[in-house]
Amino acid sequence: MLSLLQIAFLVAAFLTIVSAIMVVTTPSMVHAALWLILTLAGVAVLFLLLNAGFLAVVQIAVYIDAIAIMIIIVVMLTKGATRQRIRQVNKTWWGGAIAALILFAGLIALFTQTPALAVNAPALAMSQEALLEDLGMALVDVNRYIIPFEVASVLLLAALIGSIMVARPLVRGKDEEVEA
Amino acid sequence: MIPLSWYVLFSAALFCIGLYGALARRNALAILMAIELMLNAVNINLVAFWRYITPDLIAGQAFALIVFAVAASEAAVGMALIISIYRHRNTVAVEEIDMLKW
Amino acid sequence: MIDVLKDPIAWIGDLLRTWLIGLGLLPEFVTFLLQLLSAVIIATAVLLLTFLLIWAERKIVARFQDRVGPNRVGPFGVFQTVADLLKLVTKELITPTGADLVPYNLAPLITVMSVVGLWAVMPLAPTVLPADINVGVLYIISIGAIGMLGILLAGMSSNNKYALLGAFRTVALMVSYAVPMVLALLVPVLLSGSMGMQAIVEGQRPIPFFVLAPIAALIFFISSLAEVGRAPFDLLEADSEIVAGYNIEYSGLKFGMFFVAEFLHAFTISALTATLFLGGWSGPWVDLYPVLGMLYFIIKSSIVYFVVIWIRGSFPRIRIDQMNALNWKFITPVALFGLVFTAVAEKLAVELGLSRLLTHVGANALLIILTLLALGIYARSARTKFESGTKAG
Repeated sequence: MLSLLQIAFLVAAFLTIVSAIMVVTTPSMVHAALWLILTLAGVAVLFLLLNAGFLAVVQIAVYIDAIAIMIIIVVMLTKGATRQRIRQVNKTWWGGAIAALILFAGLIALFTQTPALAVNAPALAMSQEALLEDLGMALVDVNRYIIPFEVASVLLLAALIGSIMVARPLVRGKDEEVEA
Repeated sequence: MIPLSWYVLFSAALFCIGLYGALARRNALAILMAIELMLNAVNINLVAFWRYITPDLIAGQAFALIVFAVAASEAAVGMALIISIYRHRNTVAVEEIDMLKW
Repeated sequence: MIDVLKDPIAWIGDLLRTWLIGLGLLPEFVTFLLQLLSAVIIATAVLLLTFLLIWAERKIVARFQDRVGPNRVGPFGVFQTVADLLKLVTKELITPTGADLVPYNLAPLITVMSVVGLWAVMPLAPTVLPADINVGVLYIISIGAIGMLGILLAGMSSNNKYALLGAFRTVALMVSYAVPMVLALLVPVLLSGSMGMQAIVEGQRPIPFFVLAPIAALIFFISSLAEVGRAPFDLLEADSEIVAGYNIEYSGLKFGMFFVAEFLHAFTISALTATLFLGGWSGPWVDLYPVLGMLYFIIKSSIVYFVVIWIRGSFPRIRIDQMNALNWKFITPVALFGLVFTAVAEKLAVELGLSRLLTHVGANALLIILTLLALGIYARSARTKFESGTKAG
């Protein structure tokens, strides 16, 4: 008899996988973006099942509220090319399918032979508040993860400046179009 | 109740679906969406291993947070590039962007 | 046996739980059912509250404009909103040709969902909180921004130039004003040491955060007004500008859902401001009778909602470029400095053992003085530029 937690996991995982398959097979870009939002929400539910509540909310805030909206806006801006029902898979799509299937089969073979993966979840050492506080302290602790934290902030700054520079509008000069 | 193998299998499946999307689609935006799927699969894997193997060492969650930041920045830059290419070449199909100059 | 007055919701929950387990269901399934029931009750109560909110807005705006407002349907026109809802329900749902049906129908749902979802973390009383998560503030930011998605889908799928334009402007505005809103939201988190809503309200028991951080309260209030799209930021759906913006092509109950979502969002941000900065359910005798907490919460939210309506009736609309300039050149730097000043003041008060109230008031006074100085310099330079321009021209 399946427990409620197992039912919740199976429903969420099934929904996420189906949405992911729809993301990579729908010809319409707008629909693909909507299926992607459903996939990301499913992954957030799985984070909640893994007792990582903070990461679940960060997943919604970063992926759905920022990246998915950006994707939809770019779909709109490149409307001329994405609205037509042109062929959406390239000539060698069967190569990609075979590669994905071989990788999946290999991974399954690997995981079923590893007995260490059949464990159940151990009890959480700390409460949720203590976990959150530990995460915050770990990100600014000099002996722990402050360097990846600072490098990530520099990366975000570089991405901000870079994307603004790359996507600046064209300025029509006298003879030719140049980047502004 | 939920063994670790379920989570790892799920993230393997999500990663392979993303891999198929990145290899088989023509539209640059669709490839970007497939890459986001792969990054999500990696995140699930990281947090599952944190929860099941080392729940008292917060490194798993910190790693996943950094992956969030990296995914957001590469998505932003990728989309800026797609917009710029669309302005110059009027296409977003990756097969048609195959000449270096014009 | 839980005392009824102390914890009414838990007492009802216990009754239901014993009855349902007596019927033979599994305990964890009963927990799931009870949580589902509480979600349904909260969502329904909040949506029914909208009737009262729309009526109150129409009467108050009417009084500001020296007229009476709806007064025919029911005493003082209370049932006017019910009549409007009946009219909207019976209208024909016209779908424009060429509209993408999936986002077109999904957009009103997502918009309403994002607003109702905010009420899951609103502490109504010391013991009444629908979902006690310890990342409540982050939850508010993320779920509140899902409304942006609904508006974008609405404008995008309507196959209409004005809808698309309105949707892009709306999303640009909401994304821009989310930055100072998040920065101002960090100030109560800093002052109370936790992201959980109940912890923030309990941190305001001696002194509400409105006194300790008035600049952050003001910035949060203004950015939330811009996020909702209320006047003076209601360019997004101004009839004289772009003919109702992103919801041009919606009629009947779908438009009703956008309408309800907008008014409910205005009340929700009033409730949020009351919770985060005015003290939420705290007040005299709240420990003895927790039900009084709900009364204080409603009173404080209504006061802030009245201020929202007051602002709507008093200020003219501002232009889109003025909105953007206001945000990026004024509000965001002030919010950043406010956050840094608050952090420094909090640390100083703890380390040096000074009075917390005086340190924060001093930090805010310093911030106000610096802001006024900067504004004075900017105004002087703008005036010199203008005068030299008119002299030369």
